[in-house]
Amino acid sequence: MSDRSKLLEVSVWRGTGDEGAYETFQVPARDNQTVLDVVSWIQQSADPSLTYRYACRVGMCGSCAMMVNGVPRWTCRTHVKRVLRDGALQVGPLRNLPVIKDLAADMDPFFDKWIRAGGVHRPSRSRNDPIQQVPPDDPGRVEANKGIECINCSVCYAACDTVAGNPDYLGPAALQRAWTLYNDAKVEDRQAVLDSVSGAGGCHNCHSQGSCTRFCPNELDPLSAIAGLKRASARSFFRRGE
Amino acid sequence: MLNIRLYMAQRLSAMVMAPLVLGHIAVMIYAVQGGLSTAEILGRTQGSVWWFLFYGSFVLAVSVHAAIGLRVILHEMTGLRGRWLEVFTCGIGVLLLIMGARAVLAVTFA
Ligand code: FES
Repeated sequence: MSDRSKLLEVSVWRGTGDEGAYETFQVPARDNQTVLDVVSWIQQSADPSLTYRYACRVGMCGSCAMMVNGVPRWTCRTHVKRVLRDGALQVGPLRNLPVIKDLAADMDPFFDKWIRAGGVHRPSRSRNDPIQQVPPDDPGRVEANKGIECINCSVCYAACDTVAGNPDYLGPAALQRAWTLYNDAKVEDRQAVLDSVSGAGGCHNCHSQGSCTRFCPNELDPLSAIAGLKRASARSFFRRGE
Repeated sequence: MLNIRLYMAQRLSAMVMAPLVLGHIAVMIYAVQGGLSTAEILGRTQGSVWWFLFYGSFVLAVSVHAAIGLRVILHEMTGLRGRWLEVFTCGIGVLLLIMGARAVLAVTFA
């Protein structure tokens, strides 16, 4: 039964850059309501200057991630009922990233690391070559498939304590992407993939705490991908002697 | 703050340490159970190449392993980086090596 008179106590981070504070809003409770609905209600009905980010609202674009009661979540697919604490909700910008304004985090470091980890596809064939056949049950393909549903929401990056302590660390998403490429039959230079994740901020900094796998909204497993990179780079270390 | 070389150095030194730790514990239990006196223990270790190699490699592995481990902790706790982090890592390694070497020499050199 819908209780139209009920109100949620929602505190929302307001501010630019390093400065700011939580501001509380009373938001009408609904039977079915996502955290993104709540944030949108505040922006549309209480304070139009509230800044936040979203696009698809169905868990595909990865743009709506925020900290909800201290936990990183995709807000468009997070039901308020599941995360409410004593009738209250705290919504903040993603952890481990600079804040642009209010709930909009600056995603540049996240995507810069994606590139630094070699996340760009470097094709091994040109358009003039025949299309390479990749059997779907090839073990490498099966392994690569595990990571391809990443929507770049940065929830894992916000959840990662190693990123918090070591700002150079590439982070779970970028490393999982590297592991996908390493297993991709269409990538010729595997060693280049390993080299780009073996530097000072590379996969070897991971402490295997596993917050990435725990919080990934798509139930991916970056922790195992990083373990795979560690194993592969250790093998190549013995092979090459460096 | 770990690249592949530091990572491998830490893992490999751990692999060296693991059996040596077990060996060390076994020896301690044996010495205590058997009621060996200090003089009896020194009588066996002094002048022994084997005990020198056993504890010498232990000290080497510990120096490498602990220096890298402390480097990671220091970097993640304080944000220290660059040259001072290298100085710290090498400093801890050398310090442990000197302290350990003194102890090993004291019990293995006659
Ligand atoms: S708005 Fe696109 S994933 Fe949430």
